[in-house]
Amino acid sequence: MGLAKTRQSPGLLLLLKLETDMATVDAHADDHHHDDHDHPPFIAHHFDDAEQQFDSGKLGIWLFLVTEVLFFSGLFVAYTLYRNHHPEIFQQAHVFLDKYLGGLNTIVLLFSSLTMALAVRSAQLGRNKNCGIYILITMVCASMFLGVKAVEYSHKWDMGIWVRSSWSSDADSLSYGHHEGQLGIAKSLGVSDRLIWLSAIPAVLLAGSLIASVIGFVTKKELFGKFMLAMSVMVGGYFLGAGVGQVYQNVKEGSGDSHEHASLQEQQPMQLLAMTQEDQDHADDDKKSDDADHSHDEEHSHGSEKAEYDKEHPDPETLDRDIGIFFSIYYCMTGLHAIHIIAGIIALAWIYWRCLAGHWRSDYFGPVDYVGLYWHLVDLIWIYLFPLLYLID
Amino acid sequence: MVDTATKNRIFGTPKSTFLNHVNTISSWMFTLDHKRIGIMYLVGVTLALFLAGVFALVLRTHLFTFDGEMLTNAQYNQMFTLHGAVMVFSFIIPSIPAALGNIVLPMMLGAKDVAFPRMNLMSFYLWIIGTGCLLAAILFGDGLDTGWTFYTPYSIETNTGVVWATFGAFVLGFSSIFTGLNFLVTINTMRAKGQTWFKLPLFLWSLYATSIIQVLATPVLGITLLLLIAEKTMHVGIFDPTYGGDPVLFQHFFWFYSHPAVYIMILPAMGVISELISVYSQKRIFGYSFIAFSSVAIALLGFLVWGHHMFTSGQSQVLTLIFSAITFTVAIPSAVKVFNWLATLYKGSILLNTPMCYALSFIFLFGIGGLTGLFLGALSVDIHLHDTYFVVAHFHFVMVGGTLTALLGGLFHWWPKIFGRMYNDFMGRAFCFLVFAGFNLTFFPQFVMGARGMPRRYATYDPEFLIFHQISTVGAFVLGVGILGAFLVLVYAAFKGPRCGANPFRAASLEWQTSSPPDFHNFIHQPVLNDPYDFDSLVYDEDLETYISREFADPEKVPPKKEPVHH
Repeated sequence: MGLAKTRQSPGLLLLLKLETDMATVDAHADDHHHDDHDHPPFIAHHFDDAEQQFDSGKLGIWLFLVTEVLFFSGLFVAYTLYRNHHPEIFQQAHVFLDKYLGGLNTIVLLFSSLTMALAVRSAQLGRNKNCGIYILITMVCASMFLGVKAVEYSHKWDMGIWVRSSWSSDADSLSYGHHEGQLGIAKSLGVSDRLIWLSAIPAVLLAGSLIASVIGFVTKKELFGKFMLAMSVMVGGYFLGAGVGQVYQNVKEGSGDSHEHASLQEQQPMQLLAMTQEDQDHADDDKKSDDADHSHDEEHSHGSEKAEYDKEHPDPETLDRDIGIFFSIYYCMTGLHAIHIIAGIIALAWIYWRCLAGHWRSDYFGPVDYVGLYWHLVDLIWIYLFPLLYLID
Repeated sequence: MVDTATKNRIFGTPKSTFLNHVNTISSWMFTLDHKRIGIMYLVGVTLALFLAGVFALVLRTHLFTFDGEMLTNAQYNQMFTLHGAVMVFSFIIPSIPAALGNIVLPMMLGAKDVAFPRMNLMSFYLWIIGTGCLLAAILFGDGLDTGWTFYTPYSIETNTGVVWATFGAFVLGFSSIFTGLNFLVTINTMRAKGQTWFKLPLFLWSLYATSIIQVLATPVLGITLLLLIAEKTMHVGIFDPTYGGDPVLFQHFFWFYSHPAVYIMILPAMGVISELISVYSQKRIFGYSFIAFSSVAIALLGFLVWGHHMFTSGQSQVLTLIFSAITFTVAIPSAVKVFNWLATLYKGSILLNTPMCYALSFIFLFGIGGLTGLFLGALSVDIHLHDTYFVVAHFHFVMVGGTLTALLGGLFHWWPKIFGRMYNDFMGRAFCFLVFAGFNLTFFPQFVMGARGMPRRYATYDPEFLIFHQISTVGAFVLGVGILGAFLVLVYAAFKGPRCGANPFRAASLEWQTSSPPDFHNFIHQPVLNDPYDFDSLVYDEDLETYISREFADPEKVPPKKEPVHH
C-alpha cells in the first residue's frame, strides 16, 4: 500500500516536484503514533527534520525578543518624555546612583555574555562538559549582578529614596523619607537591615540547594547532586556581588564625609546644587515662552504643599519634588530588568541540567542558542539602561 | 490514482479521529493537539461571548426607559465596563485566530501541528487565568467602572477592581502574543513542500498579518498595564497628574496597542470572508495578491493611526492632522478587499447556504462600519461625534457586524470539517437572518441618535431619544436570540447531525483533503498540493459522496479539466 502509484499528470509541475513525497499514501496509517519511526529522539513529532525544528525555534526566539524590546519600549518612551520635559530633575537625581557600582554590573554582564557565547559554541561542538562550565559561570555572573543590585537598592531605601509618591507630603503615600532612625541602626551594623532582608531569599535558596545536593549524593543521584551543587555555587554569586558592593559602599562612606549619607539633602554636592539652581532659572525662562500654563500649574500645586514639605526636608530648595519620577522610572526599568535576569537564571539552570545530562550534540543545540540570544538581549538592555540612568551629565 | 481501499481510508469517515482517539479528561486538558486546543478555545470564547452578551442585554433593558430605573448609575457603569472588557479582551481578540485559526491553520499548511504546541496550550491556560482575573474584579474588587479603556486619572482614583482587571488584561495579552508568535513561526517554517507564499489560502495571509500586530503591539499594552498597576499601588507618578505624571501618555500607550488591536479583531474576519466568498461562488478569488497585500498594509498602517482616538484629548494640532490623514489611508486596503470580494461574486455560481449568508451580511455590515469610520476620522466631524452613540454604532458594526458575523460564517463553513457532521442549513439560515435583522435593528438607530447628540456611557437620557433606544433594545434581544440559535444549531449538528463527507463544499484548500473529522495527525497521507482556489481540481466521487482531488479519482470517471474562463 505504501507503494501505491501516483498518476503523473504532466500539467502539474508542482505535482512532479511532490511526486516522491506523495507516493507514500501512508504505510503507517494503522499506527497512530507513526511519527517516531525515523525521527531522532530530539525532534518533536510535528517537525519533519532537525533543520525545520531549529529554524522554527530560532525564528520563535527572535520574535520573542522583539516582543521583549517592545515591552521595555514603553519605559524608554516614558524616560524620554520626562527627560525632555524635566531635564533638571534628571540632573539632580542621577547623583544618587553610583556609577562605579553600575559600571561593575555592566562589566559583570558583559563578561557573562562572553561566557554565554562560549557556551553556545561548546554546545555546537557537542562538548557538554565545557558548555556546562560556561553556563555555570554565566549564572554566577547573573546572580552576582543581582547581589550588587541588592546593595544599590537597599542603600537607596536607607536614604529614603523610593518612587514618586514617597517624595510628596500626601498623607496616604509611602514615606521612606521618614526613616532616619532606622538609617542610624543600619549604619551602626555596617550592613543595612534592608540588605539583610533582601538577602534572606538567596540565603534560603543557598541552604536549600546545598541540602538537596547532599541528599542527591547520599542517595546516589549523582546528576541531581551535581546540579544542586552548581545551583548553590550560582546562588553564591549573589553573596559575592552583595559582598563586593557592600565593601565598596563601606569604603566609600569611610573615606568620605562621615555624615555624607545621613540624609538625602546632604549628599547633594554643593556645586551641583548651584548648577541646578541655574538650570531652574533657565528652565523658567523657557517655560515663559512655550508651555506657560503647564509650568504654572505645576508650580502652583507645588507651592500649596510646600510648607508641609519644608518640615520634613530641611533644605527643599535643592531638590525638585518631581525628582521622584526619575526614581519611579529607575525602579521600574531596573526592576523589570532584574526580573528578566531572574527568568534568565531559571532558563540557564535548565540548560545546565541538560548539559549534565549530555543532551547537546552538533545537530541539536537549539535551546542553548535560544537561551543565549535571550541572555544577550537582557545584557543589551542593561547596556542602554546604564548610561541612561547612571551617566547623565 | 490510488486503489479504492486507500482512497476510502483517506477520505472516508474514519473510526479513530482526533476527537475520539483517546477520550479522558486529561487527554483534553493536557493535549498538545492544535485541533483540541482550538475546540477548547472555542468553548471558552463562546462562554465569554454569552456572559458579555448578557451584560449587554442588561444594559439595553436598562436603557428601555429614559430615566433608567433598573440599575443604579454605579451599576450601569460597571455593566458597560465589563461588557466591553470581556468582549474585547476575552472574546473578540482570541475568537477567530485562537479558536478557528488554531484548528484550521496547520491543516491548511499540510502540517501536523503548530510550531510550538506546548506554547499553544499555555496560551489557552493564560486565557483562562486572564479571563478569571477579569471576572475576579467583580467578585473581589467591587466590579470595574472605568470603561474597558482604563483611562487615567479616573482608573487611579476609583476604588473598583482596576488592579484585578488590568492584571487580567495583561495576562490575556501574553496569551495573545503566544498565539501570534506561534502562527508566525508556523506559517514561516512549516508550509507544505512547494507551498509558496502565494499558494497560501488568504485566511493564512490575514492570520499572518494579525499575528504581526499581536506580536508587535501587545507588549506595549503589557507594559502600560503594568505601569498602571504600579501607579495604582505605589503612585509612581508616570500617569498620575497629582504626582507630576501625564495622563494623556496613558492614552497614547493604550491606543498604540488598542488601535492595532482593532485590526487584530477584523483582519482574521476578512480572511474568513475571502475563503467563504470564493468557495461558495465556486470561483477563483479575484485579485489574490491585492487581498493578500492589503492585509499586510492594514496591519502596518494600523500602527500609525492610534491618535485618532484622541482628537479631543488636547494633543497637538499637527499630530491630529497627521493622524486624521493616515486614518483615511486605511480605507484604501479595506476597500480593495471589499471590491475584490464583489468581483469574485460576479458570474460565480453562488450557493446561498448558511456560511455564504453570513459572508454576504459581513460585506454589507462591514461596508457600513468601515465607511462610518471615515466620518469619525474627519477632524471637524469627529469633534461633533466624539463620545456619542455614533462611535458606539460604528465600532459595533465592525466588531459585531464584522468579526462576530465572520466567526459564525467560519464556524458554519468549517464545522463539518471539525466534527464530520452537517448542520441543518435551513435553521442555520433562519438564525443568520435573525442575527442580521437584530443587529441592524440594534445599531442602526444608534447612528441616528449619536448624530443627534446622544452621548455614550450615559445611564439616563433625554426623552427625545426614547424611540431610538427602544428600537435598539428590541433589536438587541432579537440579535441575542439569533446568536444563541446559531450556536444551538451548531451544537446539535456536532452531536446529532448527519455524517458528511471529507469535502462537502468542494473547497480546494488543504484542510479539505483529509477525512472529516481529521485524524489526530491531520493527514494520514501526503496531501496533494493544489491551488487553494482552483475548484476544478476537485471532482465528485460517487462512492464517497464527496469531492476529492482529481489525482485520487478514478481516471475513467474524471471530467475533463475546464479551460480557464476569461472575463
